[in-house]
Amino acid sequence: MSGLQLLWFILIAVLFSGFFFLEGFDFGVGMAVQSLTHNENEKDQIVATIGPVWDGNEVWLITAGGALFASYPFWYATLFSGYYLILFTILAGLIIRGVSFEFRKSVPTNQKQLWNWTLSIGSLIVPFFFGVMFISMIQGMPIDAHGDMSATFSDYINLFSIVGGVAVTLLSYLHGLNYIALKTTGPVRDRAKNYAKFLYGILYLGLVAFAVLMYFKTDFFELHFATTLGLLILIVVLTVVANVAVMRDAEITTFIASGTTFVALVALIFTGMFPRVMISSISSKYDLLITNSSSSPYTLKIMSYTAIAFLPLVLAYIAWTYYIFRKRVKHEPVLETK
Amino acid sequence: MSIVALGRFQFAMTTIYHYFFVPFSIGTGLVVAIMETMYVVTKKDEYLKMAKFWGNIFLLSFAVGVVTGIIQEFQFGMNWSAYSRFVGDIFGAPLAVEALLAFFMESTFLGLWIFTWKMVSPKLHVTFMWIVTLASSLSALWILAANSFMQHPTGYTIKNGHAVMTSFSALLKNPQLWYEFGHVIAAAVVTGGIIIVGLSAFQLLKKKVVNPDFYKKSMHIGLLVALFGSIAVLTAGDLQMKALVKEQPMKFAATEGLYKNSGDPAAWTVVAWANENGHKRVFGIEVPYVLSILAYDEPSGSVKGMNAINKQLIKEYGNRNYYPPVNTLFWSFRVMAGFGTLMLLVSLLGLFFTRKKNQLLYRQKWMLWILGLCTFTPFLANTTGWLVTELGRYPWTVYGLFTIKQSISPNVSVASLLISNIVYFLLFTGIGATMISLVVRELRKGPDYEEKLDKEEEKAAKIDPFDKEAFE
Ligand code: HDD
Ligand code: HEM
Ligand code: HEM
Repeated sequence: MSGLQLLWFILIAVLFSGFFFLEGFDFGVGMAVQSLTHNENEKDQIVATIGPVWDGNEVWLITAGGALFASYPFWYATLFSGYYLILFTILAGLIIRGVSFEFRKSVPTNQKQLWNWTLSIGSLIVPFFFGVMFISMIQGMPIDAHGDMSATFSDYINLFSIVGGVAVTLLSYLHGLNYIALKTTGPVRDRAKNYAKFLYGILYLGLVAFAVLMYFKTDFFELHFATTLGLLILIVVLTVVANVAVMRDAEITTFIASGTTFVALVALIFTGMFPRVMISSISSKYDLLITNSSSSPYTLKIMSYTAIAFLPLVLAYIAWTYYIFRKRVKHEPVLETK
Repeated sequence: MSIVALGRFQFAMTTIYHYFFVPFSIGTGLVVAIMETMYVVTKKDEYLKMAKFWGNIFLLSFAVGVVTGIIQEFQFGMNWSAYSRFVGDIFGAPLAVEALLAFFMESTFLGLWIFTWKMVSPKLHVTFMWIVTLASSLSALWILAANSFMQHPTGYTIKNGHAVMTSFSALLKNPQLWYEFGHVIAAAVVTGGIIIVGLSAFQLLKKKVVNPDFYKKSMHIGLLVALFGSIAVLTAGDLQMKALVKEQPMKFAATEGLYKNSGDPAAWTVVAWANENGHKRVFGIEVPYVLSILAYDEPSGSVKGMNAINKQLIKEYGNRNYYPPVNTLFWSFRVMAGFGTLMLLVSLLGLFFTRKKNQLLYRQKWMLWILGLCTFTPFLANTTGWLVTELGRYPWTVYGLFTIKQSISPNVSVASLLISNIVYFLLFTGIGATMISLVVRELRKGPDYEEKLDKEEEKAAKIDPFDKEAFE
C-alpha cells in the first residue's frame, strides 16, 4: 500500500465526515420543519438558519463522490452500481428537498405546505438510507470475482442496517436540534433543547444495540479490536458530553459534540474496513482492497496536489461564510444585521 | 427492453433535463451580474430592481440545476460501472476537481449573494455574483474536460484493459475541450440574453404594462448580451465543424447526411431525409460549393461519405455498425444552427428597431411576439447540440476505445432501471411544471413587488417586531 493510497482512503473518510458534520444538521433542521415548529414563522426562522449554507454543505457529498471516483474507481463502481436502488432513493430525497428551499419561498401560501413536507421527508430519507448503506456494507455484501455486487433485499435491509439507518437519522435530527438551539432565539430554541434532552435517552438505547450488533455482524472486533472499541467508547462519551451540555445550556459544546459523533462514526466504519474498501460475503478473495481498487500513482499525485493547493482556500471561505452569518436568526425571521 | 437501452434513455433524459437549466443559470447569472454592476456604477435604483427581479428567476433555474446535477455524478457509477472502471483513472479527476474548485465556490457565494443584500456594501455584494458566474464557468470547464476526453482521448495509455492517465495537462490541452468550452459558454450567454429578451417581450405584450421602461431597458441589455453571444457561438461552432471533419468524420458526414463521398467542390445539403437501414438518402436539396467552404474555408475539397468511413472504421476497429442515427443528427444540427442564425438576426434587428430615434419594435405587436417566442429557441438549440455531440459519437462512449455496450453496469436489473426511469420522469415533470409556474408567478408579481414588500415589512416592524401572527 502506497502512502498516496492511504492518504486518499483517509481523505474520503474526511470528506464523508465533513458531509455528515455539516449536512447532518441541515437534515436535522429539515426534519424539524414539520416536527418542531408551531407556525409558518417558526418554519421560516429555522430554514433561514441553513438557507445560506445548505448547498455548500451538500457539495461535501458531491466532492466525496467525485474523489471516490477519481481515487478509487473500482470502489466507486462497485458501491454505486451495487447500491442502485438505495442510492436512487437517496437521490430522490436530495432532489425533493433541494428544490424545496427555493420553491417554498416563491409558491403561493396555500402550496407552501407541500414543499415543507418535501423538505422534511427528503431530509429524513437521505440520512436513513445512508445509514442503511454504510451499515449493510460493513457486514459484507455478495461481490463476485469481477467486483460486481448482486445483492438481495435482505442483504440491504436487515436488523443491523435498519438500526444503523435509524441511528444516523436520529443523530442528524439531534444535530439539527442542537444547531437550531445555537442559531435561533425565541420559542423554537427552547423547544429544540427540550426535544434533544428527551431524544438523547433514546439514542443511548440505539447505541447499545448498535455496538452489540456490530460485535455479532461484523469482523471489526476480530480485526481491529482496539480502534473499534476505542471509537465506540468515543461515540458514547461524545453522546454523554452532548447530553450533559444540553442540560446545562452549553449550546456550542452540544453542537460540537453531536457533530463530532458523526466523525467518530465515519472513523469507526473506515478503520474497521481497513485495509479493505468493500467486503465480499462470497469469499474474502473477492474483497476490494485499498491496494487493488485505487487509481494509478500518477492520478493520485495530481489529485493530491490539487487538494493541497485548494482545500485550504475552500475551507477559508466556508469559514468566512459561517462568520458572516454568525448571528442568531431572530424569532421574527429576519437576519440580524449587526 | 435491454439494460443498455434503458441506461441510455436515462442518461439522455437526465442530462438533457439538467442541461435545460445549466445554460439558463450560467446565462441569466451573467446578465444579473451585469445589471447589478450597472447599479453599483450608476447608483440608479432601477438597475438594482432589475438585478433583483431577474435574480429571482435565475435562482429558480439554479435550484433545479443543482438537484439534477447530483444525479449526473452518481449515474456514472450506478448505471455505467464498467465504464467507470475503465476510465476512472482519468475521468474521475476532473469531476473531483470540479466539485472542489467550482461547486464549493458556486454554492457558497450564491448563499452569500442571496442573503446579504442588506448586510454588506453593494460593491462586495456584486462581487459575490461575479464569483458565482466565474465558478459556474469553471464547473463547465471541468465537466467538459471529462466529456472532451470521451470525444477525443488524449494523455492516456491502456494498461490491463483500463485507460490510465499519463498526462493531466494533455487532458486540459485537448483541443476538443477548448472548442466545446467556447461553444458551450457562448451558447449559455445567448441563452441568458434571449431569455431576458423573450420574457420582457411577453411582459410588454400584456394589456396593462405596469412598468414598461423597466422591461424595455432589460430587453436592451438582453439584446446586447445575445448579440455578443450569438456571434461567439457561431464562430466557435464553425471551428468545431472544421475540427470534426478531421477528428470524427463519421459524425460530420452524418450531420450532413452524406452517404456517398461528395464531389469536389462539395455541395451543402439544406434539407434531406435518409433511409437509415438502406444506408442511402431518400431525397435532398443541395447548394453547390458551400460544404467545401464550411469544412475547409475554400471553395474546393471533397468530403468523405459515411459508406466509405464505415469501411475504414471496420478496418481500424473491427466489425460492427458504425452508422449513427443519421436523421436525428442531420436535423438536430439544422435546428441548432438554424436557431443560432435566427437568434443572431433577431438580436441585430431587435437592437436596430429599438434605437433611440425609432423605437418601432415596441409599437409592433408581431415583433414582440417573435421576440417572445424566441425564449424557447436556445433550449432547443442547446439540446440538439448535445444530441449531435453525443449521438454522433456512436457506438463509442470513449471514442475509439470503449463502446456503449461495454459500458453498462452488468449487475443492475431491468426492473431497477425501469423504476428509476419512471420516477425520475415523474419528478422532473412535477419539478419542471412547478418551476415554470413559479417563473410565471414572478413575472406577474413584477419588479415593484419586492420594494412594496420591504415597505410593508418595515411598517410591520414598527408595530411589533416580534409577533407577526398577531395581526394576521
Ligand atoms: C456546460 C456546463 C455543464 C455541463 C455539461 C454539466 N453541468 Fe452540471 N452543473 C453546471 C454546469 C454543467 C452548473 C452551471 O455549474 C450547475 C447548474 C446549476 C448549478 O447550480 O450548477 C451544475 C450543477 C451540477 C451539480 C450540483 C452542484 C451543486 O450542488 O452546487 C452536479 C453534481 C453536477 N452539475 C454534475 C454534472 C455532471 C456529472 C455532468 C455530466 C454529465 C454535468 N454536471 C453536466
Ligand atoms: C449536459 C449536457 C449533456 C447532454 C445534454 C448530453 C446528452 C447525451 C445524450 C443525448 C446521450 C445519448 C444517449 C443515447 O445514446 O441515447 C449521451 C450519452 C452519453 N454522455 Fe452525454 N450529454 C451531456 C454531457 C455529457 C458530459 C459532460 C459527459 C461526461 C462528462 C457525458 C457523458 C455521456 C456518456 C457516458 C454517455 C453514454 C451513454 C450513451 O451513449 O448512451 N455527457 N449524452
Ligand atoms: C450556426 C451556428 C452553430 C454551429 C455551426 C454549431 C456547430 C456545432 C457543432 C459542430 C457541434 C458538435 C461538436 C462536437 O461534436 O464536437 C455543436 C455542439 C453543440 N452546440 Fe452548436 N453550433 C451552432 C449554434 C449553436 C447554438 C445557437 C447553440 C445554443 C444556444 C448551440 C449549442 C450547442 C451545444 C450545447 C453543443 C454540445 C456541446 C459541444 O460539443 O460543444 N450551438 N455545435
